[in-house]
Amino acid sequence: MNMQDIILNLQSFWSKQGCVLAQAYDVETGAGTMNPMTFLRSLGPEPWNVAYVEPSRRPADGRYGENPNRVYQHHQFQVIMKPSPDNIQEVYLESLKALGINPLEHDIRFVEDNWENPAMGAAGLGWEVWLDGMEVTQFTYFQQVGGLEADPVSVELTYGLERLASYIQNKENIYELTWVDGVTYGDIFKQPEFEHSKYTFEISDADKLFRWFEQFEDEAKRAIEENLVFPAYDYVLKCSHTFNLLDARGAISVTERPGYLGRVRALARRCAKLYVAERERLGFPMLKEGGEAHA
Amino acid sequence: MPNRDWLLEIGVEEMPARFVSGSLAQLKEKMLKWLDEHHISYGVAETFATPRRLSIRVRDVVEGQADVEEEVRGPAKRIAVGADGGWSKAAEGFARKQGLTTADLVLEEFKGETYVFARRHVKGRATLELLTEGVPAVLSSLTFPKSMRWGNRRLRFIRPVRWLVGLFGEEVVPFSFAGVTAGNVTRGHRFLGGEATIPVADQYESVLKNEAVMVDVEARREAIRSQLAVLEEEQGWKIPIDEDLLEEVTHLVEIPTALYGSFDEAYLELPASVLITTMREHQRYFPVEDAKGKLLPFFITVRNGDEHSLDQVARGNEKVLSARLADARFFFEEDKKLKIETAVDKLNHVVFFEGLGTIGDHVRRIRALSEALLDRLDITGEAQQTLLRAADICKFDGSTYMVNEFPELSGVMGRVYATQAGETEEVAEAIEEHYYPRFAGDRSPRGTAGILISLLDKLDAVAAAFSLGIQPTGSQDPYSLRRRAAGVIQILADPAWKNLTLSFLFDLALDQLEKDGWLKRPAEEVKEELTAFFELRLKALLQEEGVRYDIIDALLTGDSTTPSLLLDKARVLAQEVEKDDFKLVVEGFSRAANLAEKGEAGLTINRDLLEAWAERELLATIRKSSEAFTEREARQDAQGMFQEISKLAPVIHRFFDEVLVMDENPEIRNNRLALLQQIDELVSRFALFKKIVFAS
Repeated sequence: MNMQDIILNLQSFWSKQGCVLAQAYDVETGAGTMNPMTFLRSLGPEPWNVAYVEPSRRPADGRYGENPNRVYQHHQFQVIMKPSPDNIQEVYLESLKALGINPLEHDIRFVEDNWENPAMGAAGLGWEVWLDGMEVTQFTYFQQVGGLEADPVSVELTYGLERLASYIQNKENIYELTWVDGVTYGDIFKQPEFEHSKYTFEISDADKLFRWFEQFEDEAKRAIEENLVFPAYDYVLKCSHTFNLLDARGAISVTERPGYLGRVRALARRCAKLYVAERERLGFPMLKEGGEAHA
Repeated sequence: MPNRDWLLEIGVEEMPARFVSGSLAQLKEKMLKWLDEHHISYGVAETFATPRRLSIRVRDVVEGQADVEEEVRGPAKRIAVGADGGWSKAAEGFARKQGLTTADLVLEEFKGETYVFARRHVKGRATLELLTEGVPAVLSSLTFPKSMRWGNRRLRFIRPVRWLVGLFGEEVVPFSFAGVTAGNVTRGHRFLGGEATIPVADQYESVLKNEAVMVDVEARREAIRSQLAVLEEEQGWKIPIDEDLLEEVTHLVEIPTALYGSFDEAYLELPASVLITTMREHQRYFPVEDAKGKLLPFFITVRNGDEHSLDQVARGNEKVLSARLADARFFFEEDKKLKIETAVDKLNHVVFFEGLGTIGDHVRRIRALSEALLDRLDITGEAQQTLLRAADICKFDGSTYMVNEFPELSGVMGRVYATQAGETEEVAEAIEEHYYPRFAGDRSPRGTAGILISLLDKLDAVAAAFSLGIQPTGSQDPYSLRRRAAGVIQILADPAWKNLTLSFLFDLALDQLEKDGWLKRPAEEVKEELTAFFELRLKALLQEEGVRYDIIDALLTGDSTTPSLLLDKARVLAQEVEKDDFKLVVEGFSRAANLAEKGEAGLTINRDLLEAWAERELLATIRKSSEAFTEREARQDAQGMFQEISKLAPVIHRFFDEVLVMDENPEIRNNRLALLQQIDELVSRFALFKKIVFAS
């Protein structure tokens, strides 16, 4: 199964489960969790089911396109369901079947793994799902997002698409994966991997990045003052990505690091609070009558 | 009716393996406590668990509570009975409150007065009914190291609850918990089984066996063990069983099938510890050895399932392991290129504690502290070179890829890399050893350099944290300061280091922090806190040694600064308490201590005022004993110290027999009190004897 079909199959599967099929975000993110479709929408009482592919940038993992497993940008298939359905594990296992993985022919296990993203004030409990010893999905029940208690609780499923594909296609090197017949992963991503790595580690201008960080932070605060949560959050993402670039460049000393992370966290928390307040002001429009009250 | 078996199964999503045993023990304890509290008698209790269920079956539970006669005391007769001899309003009210009528009231005497009593026959309730009402509270009372919420629920539990079984014999106990109502339907293995009805509690294991679940923990553990033994036999291998890994694997599967895979022989060039850690910690595999204990290019994994497509499962695991080993080899090769000095330099970029500089600063302090010990411990020549070199580079492997990837290999990789880089065997060994003891009950480091660096590493970390005001509180000890302090004490418990008193070491560490500009608060204040903190660790050490509580109290005087001497004293006292005359000794010292308190502080002895022979004898004995005691103390000879002070005991008793301390003449009185103060001062250097308790 090529990567494109893996994505199509997952999209079709989760669409049938009632998920909104959203698109990747157009601001740089480090993970699908940071897309506002997850970070903001998992907050508050409104039900929310969504699935999308998120190209996720981790500048420090850039390896000039030379490492078979580590990349500047990888792809996550992200699913959020709020509140978490009672049969979510069974549904998830069905999704593996949709990828041609027959559980009887494999060893599938849920191994404890608690997830935390301190910069976003987010934490959850759950598992790594192992397929014959390989982690193919991160399965998390959000307990806290943006410093706020998750209530109701969302479940987040994050499939590592490159890993899953390299297992399904039996490839050692992700650049050899078939994206679609005749086109490899390398054809599409090798050059950007090299260039982004070179930019990150050699060319990026720390002075500019520091300046931008300050400006993005200011702009986020200004938007928050105006109760504009989505624009504010975009600038938080920009702060986060700029910080990641600086960090990868080695431009942030150990003593400064917690300070920068704290600034991003403070903004993320303010956005989280603001989002809930704004949704409340709008009367939580997606909260349908009955049904959604606390059990 | 005959007794029945009570079966409770909590069906959950996969629990963390490390919490299963504890949770199961708790379930048993709380369930049985509930039965006891409700006067429901029962036989044997058995527990079961898989990653998806916690279960208990209590055998021979009675059908219902026994009936009981209950009596409640009401108002006194004078209030309860009216002038007309009939029941008063108060009595009627009391009866109503008890749900009875005045016909159920009787008069009885209680502590010399007559009261009205309500008498009631309470019918025992049916167990089934009580369970239905009571089990939810038992389940709610379970606590877990980590618990979570899910869906729309406020409840916290170890993992989401998905089904419940409550069966009293053949009958369903329909209690509700976490939005689920209990029935008699369990769930089998995720892929190999399905839902199944349990007809009667007794058939629990067999029903689940049919659904491909081995529900008995020990049976599962033993099944894995014997599968490993079969592989050993068939392949001519040796598969060492790490019990912790076996425990974890047992709680990762509902039905185990052990299988083996292989990896490229070329990876055997990696250090064995790297291979073992990769297999065990990251993949939960059992490594395989030949008869001589040499690693072989095979591994065992235990699958959660049957023998279907074992080859495919093996190939998948091989692929994962070989990617991990490829990483490890890459790290190993890259690390070899790293010069030790460069690696040490990189430590200047790693934070030690927030606000306390870098690991580089910490290592420089360890080096400076090592130098400060050279004279006191008379370390010269090669030993000196080893110590200082090892101190300089003790943390260098923290800069390597391998340790960043596998933090548990700290020290182990240091030793490997240091040896490769041409460091001496002693230096390489000290790098590994200085991490010991790593946990309670772990061994102490070997070799002088390893021991001293371990000591100074831990000492500096605790002192530095305290200087910042970071102290463990309750269960919170994020910097493992308790473990580090316990490590210091464990090392100092060896009499070889009796020259290193805690007080001396605290001064040394705080001086160094001050010199380097890291001391944030007055040294005296920090030292006081350190002393109190280490005293608690000393107390723990004495408790582990099985020393009696009163003896511990007597020994921990607030300046117990030499752990090895403290242990020796404890041993001496443990022997002495068994002897008949010890009580006399303690009585003498205690009486002296109690009276000594009556005098003002700092009284002096005037020889000329000593009237009685007994007081002159006492003074002479004090002087002699004191001198000998001091000499024994210098040699830290606890036995000798005790012998010297015990010589005082008969003299003290003669003194009390023949002399009245509280004389009318204040000068004479104070002189006698001064004598007693001297005794108290002397014997308190050994212990506060008056804290020792004798059974009366």
